[in-house]
Amino acid sequence: MNIEVSRRHFLKLGGAGVAGTAIAAFGFGDAEAQVAAHVRPFKLANATEVRNTCTYCSVACGILMYSRGDLKKGEKAEIYHIEGDPDHPTNRGTLCPKGAALLDMVKSETRTLYPQMREPGTKTWKRISWDEALDKIARLMKDDRDQNFIKANKDGATVNRWLSTGFLAASATTNETAFLTYKAVRSTGMLVFDNQARV
Amino acid sequence: MTNSWTDIKNTDLVVIMGGNAAEAHPCGFKWVTEAKANRGAKLIVVDPRFTRSASVADLYAPVRQGSDIAFLLGVINYCIQNDKVQWDYTKSYTNASYIVKEGYGYQDGLFTGYSEEKRDYDRSTWNYEVGEDGFVKTDDTLQHPRCVWNLLKEHVKIYTPEMVERICGTPKDKFLKVAQMIGETSARNKVMTSMYALGWTQHSKGSQNIRCMAMLQLILGNIGVRGGGMNALRGHSNIQGLTDLGLMSNLVPGYLTLPADADSDFATYMSKRGFKPERPGQMSYWQNYRKFFVSFMKSMYGPAATAENDWAYNYLPKLDVPSYDILRAFDMMHQGKMNGYFCQGFNPLLSFPNRGKVQAALSKLKFLVVMDPLQTETSRFWENHGEYNDVKPEDIKTTVFELPTTCFAEDEGSLTNSGRWLQWHWPGGTPPGEAKTDIWIMAQLHRRLKALYQKEGGAFPEPILNLHWPYKDPVDPSPVEIAKEINGYVIEDVVDPADGSKKLLEKGKQVAGFGVLRDDGTTACGCWIYSGCYNEAGNNMARRDTSDPDNTGAYLKWAFSWPANRRILYNRASADINGKAWDPSRKLIEWDGAKWSGYDVPDIAPTAKPDVVGPFIMNPEGVARLWVRNTMKDGPFPVHYEPFESPVANVIAPKIRGNPAARVFKGDMEVFGDAKEFPYAATSYRLTEHFHYWTKHVQVNATLQPEFFVEISEELAKEKGIKKGGWVRVWSKRGSVKAKAVVTKRIKPLMVDGKPVHIVGIPLHWGFTGAARKGFGPNSLTPFVGDANIETPEYKAFLVDIEPITSGPVA
Repeated sequence: MNIEVSRRHFLKLGGAGVAGTAIAAFGFGDAEAQVAAHVRPFKLANATEVRNTCTYCSVACGILMYSRGDLKKGEKAEIYHIEGDPDHPTNRGTLCPKGAALLDMVKSETRTLYPQMREPGTKTWKRISWDEALDKIARLMKDDRDQNFIKANKDGATVNRWLSTGFLAASATTNETAFLTYKAVRSTGMLVFDNQARV
Repeated sequence: MTNSWTDIKNTDLVVIMGGNAAEAHPCGFKWVTEAKANRGAKLIVVDPRFTRSASVADLYAPVRQGSDIAFLLGVINYCIQNDKVQWDYTKSYTNASYIVKEGYGYQDGLFTGYSEEKRDYDRSTWNYEVGEDGFVKTDDTLQHPRCVWNLLKEHVKIYTPEMVERICGTPKDKFLKVAQMIGETSARNKVMTSMYALGWTQHSKGSQNIRCMAMLQLILGNIGVRGGGMNALRGHSNIQGLTDLGLMSNLVPGYLTLPADADSDFATYMSKRGFKPERPGQMSYWQNYRKFFVSFMKSMYGPAATAENDWAYNYLPKLDVPSYDILRAFDMMHQGKMNGYFCQGFNPLLSFPNRGKVQAALSKLKFLVVMDPLQTETSRFWENHGEYNDVKPEDIKTTVFELPTTCFAEDEGSLTNSGRWLQWHWPGGTPPGEAKTDIWIMAQLHRRLKALYQKEGGAFPEPILNLHWPYKDPVDPSPVEIAKEINGYVIEDVVDPADGSKKLLEKGKQVAGFGVLRDDGTTACGCWIYSGCYNEAGNNMARRDTSDPDNTGAYLKWAFSWPANRRILYNRASADINGKAWDPSRKLIEWDGAKWSGYDVPDIAPTAKPDVVGPFIMNPEGVARLWVRNTMKDGPFPVHYEPFESPVANVIAPKIRGNPAARVFKGDMEVFGDAKEFPYAATSYRLTEHFHYWTKHVQVNATLQPEFFVEISEELAKEKGIKKGGWVRVWSKRGSVKAKAVVTKRIKPLMVDGKPVHIVGIPLHWGFTGAARKGFGPNSLTPFVGDANIETPEYKAFLVDIEPITSGPVA
C-alpha cells in the first residue's frame, strides 16, 4: 500500500530517452547522441514529486507538487510547479482558475514570515521571537482564565467553564491539527469555540 | 454530501438551487457534465442570478433570494396533487404513517407553543402519539387525520403555483416546468440529485431550506440511491473535517454533544442521549452513544478518566446557552465581556456580518492572536487604510500577535472533502521564514500553559494537567500519531467471555473500526465516525487504488470515507422492503436471503432483515422524518418566512418579520432596515476566479479579478442613472461601500406580489491586504442575525439603497 511510484522516473525515461531510441531503431546509431544533445531535458525530470490536495474548496482535487530538493532526505525544498493529479478519481488532472494558480499562493508576497506583536495604541508591528510570543500568550491566557473561570453556576452546580477568551478554529488545516486543537482548547474549559462552517 | 462527487454521474436530473457549482466547485461540476453527456441527464438551475451554472442548464428559473421554502413546498404540493410520489418508499421509509399527538397545530405562520417575548417555542405539543406498548402509533392506510402524511398535505396546500409566483417572483409556467421535471423522478428508475451550498445555508431559516429539499427527495425516493441524495457542497477544504471533529461550541467529536448545566452528572447526561428504538426491531444506532463517549474521554484524558470519576465527566465545560457561536461571541465581545481571542486562520473582520460591529468588538479585546499563512485584515484591524479601514490606531488598546503558519504545501495530514473522503497529503516545500505548523503552535501553547499551572497552580488546573499527551516529541506531535489517536486504540486486552484463551481485542493495537469500541475504558477513540481511518491495515486515508468495479463511481479503495468507508449514506434505502434494488440498473446493495452486500459498505447491520429493520438507523424511528418533533427549533415543517430585511411583507403571515424563532441580540433588531428606506434586495456571492479572501493574495487571481464591483440589472441602472463601469455607493442601515457598477443582463427585476423587485449582487473577495486593489465587501452591509437552528448569518438576503457617485474611495 501507498507505494509512491514517482512520475519522475517515467519522465527521466521519457525526455531525451525516447527520441534517441526511436532514431536508433531506424538504424541511425550515430545520430542518437547528436539528437539527445539537442533535446532539452524535461523541466520536471529532476524534481521531487509530492502528492497533496488543493487547499481551496472541498471538491478536494488531487495535485502534484514539484520541488527542487527533497524534504524526506532532510533537504530544503522549493516548490516550483503544481498541477492536477491525473490519477485522482474526482478531478482527473484538471484544476479550476484558483487551483491552477496554487503556486502563487505558496509564493505569495503577503505570506506571514515571523512572529510579530502590535502593542496597545501603537501603529506598527514589532518582530519578536517564537519563545517570547508563546510565553506572552500563555501568560495572558492563564491570567484571564484564573480571573474569570466559572467553577459553579448560581445554583451551585459544577460547570467548569471559561467564557472570557474564545477560539476560532481554521477550516483548511488537517484533521490531525483539528483534533490536537480540540484537545488543547477544550481542556481549558473554553466554550467560545467555533469554526468557519457558518460563513 | 450523502453521496460523493463521482457519484453525480449516475443521476438523471441535477437541481442546483442554493449554490453555483459551475463557478464555486468547477472540478466537481464536471460530474454534472458527465451525467448530461453520458446519461442524457438534465440540469435545472433555480437562482436569483443567471449564473454560469444556469448558462449550461436545460432549464433556468429565477427565484427571489430568501423565498426557497415557498418554492420547494410548492413542488411538494405539486407532487402530492399530481401523484408524483414514490409510494412504497414513502410508506415504508418515512414517518408518513406516524400519528401526531392531539394538541399540535399550525396557524398563520406559527406552530403551537410560540412565545413572542422569548422568540421561541414551547415544543411539548410537537410529539407522536405513543401506544401502550411504548411504541409510536402508526396508520399504514394513511387515513388518520393526524398522520404525518395528512398534516403535510394540509400544510403545503396553500403553496400553489400562483402563490409561488406571488412570493418568489418565478413565472408560473417556469415553476410548473421545474415541478414537472422533478416529479418525474418519483419513478423507481429515475433519480434526482440536489446540489446546494451557502445559497441555502446563509438565511435565518437556512436549516429549513435544506430540510425542505430533503423532504421532497424522500417522497420521490431519491435518498440512499446512486445518483441521488442531498449534496451539500462544502466550502473550505476541511470544513467538513473540522465539523466532524467537533470544533464548535457545543460539540464533542463525532457529533456527540457537550453537557448543559442541567446535566449535573454523567447519568443525567446519558439519560438524554442514547435513544431507545421507537418502533419494534429498529437499530437506533445512538444506543451506542456511551461507547463512543467513554472512548473519547479515554482518548482525551487517558488514565485520568476512570469508571470511579465517571470518565472525568466534570472536566468538560457545561453550556448555559445552546451555543457560543461566532455571532454570540462577537456580541459578547461588543459588550466588553471578552478579553482574549484566537483566530487560527480566519478573517472575521471581513467574514462576519456588520463589519462596523465586528470592528468595534475587536477593539474592545485585551489581546488577539492570529495564526495564519497570510497577512489578514483581521490581524491588521487596528491599521488605518483610509476609507477602506478608517480607524485610529492610538484609540485601539488591543495587543495583537501574528503567528506565521505553514500552508497546505508545507504540511502533512488528512483533509475531509465534501463527499466525506478523508485524503492524506504530504509536504513538498520548506516553510518560508519562521513559519510553523499549527500542530507545533498548539502543542507549544498547551505545554507552556501546563507548565505555568504546574508551577503556580490556579483555577481548576486538573483538565490541563491531565490532558492525555502520548506523543514521542511532546512539543511537536506527528500527524501520524494524531491520526492513530483519532482512529482509536486498545488500552487493555479484552478477553472473549465464552473462551478465556481468546482475545477479542489486544492491548496496544489500533481498533479496526467503531464497531468494537467499548464503554468500560478498555478502548480509546478520538472521533468514532473516523474510526477505521488508520487501523492495523495502515493509513487507509492514503490509499490510492482507483479500481471501481462496474464503474459505479464508488472507488471503495481510494482513501477512506466516513463512516466505515461507506460511500453513499442510507444506502439500504436503495433497495425495496424485500431488499431488492428499486432500479436493477442502479443496484447498490441487496439482500441475498442471509446478508446485505453489493458495491458499497452496507449502511445497516449486515444480517438485519429487510422487512424488519428500517434504513434510517440513526433515527430511533428507523425511518426518515417528513415531520420532526423537537429537533428543529423553528417548527416540525418548514414555513415560508421572509428574510429579516425583505422588500415585501410575508404574504402568508403579514405580521411576522423574519424567522420568528431566530435569535436577535439587543441592538441588532434596531438596525434592520425596511423596504421604504432601503428598497433593493441585495445578496452576496462568490466569483470563480477567487476563493474567499485568500486569492487576493495570489498574483494570478488578483490579476484576473482585480477590483470590487456590484452587479445590477439594466433596468435598475436606467432607473437610477447608473453607467456601466461607473462608480456607485451602496448602503444599508449598518454601513456603506463604494464600488464600480457592472450592469448586466444576468440579473433581472422580478415581479413579486404585484411589484417589481430589483436585485443587487455583491461579490465578496476584496479587502485592504494582498495583491488585488483595495476594496470593500458585502459584510460592511449585512445584518447580524443567524439561522434559528445553527446560527449561520443571513448573508444572502438583505436590503440596500444605491446611487451613482462621481469618484471612488480615497485610500
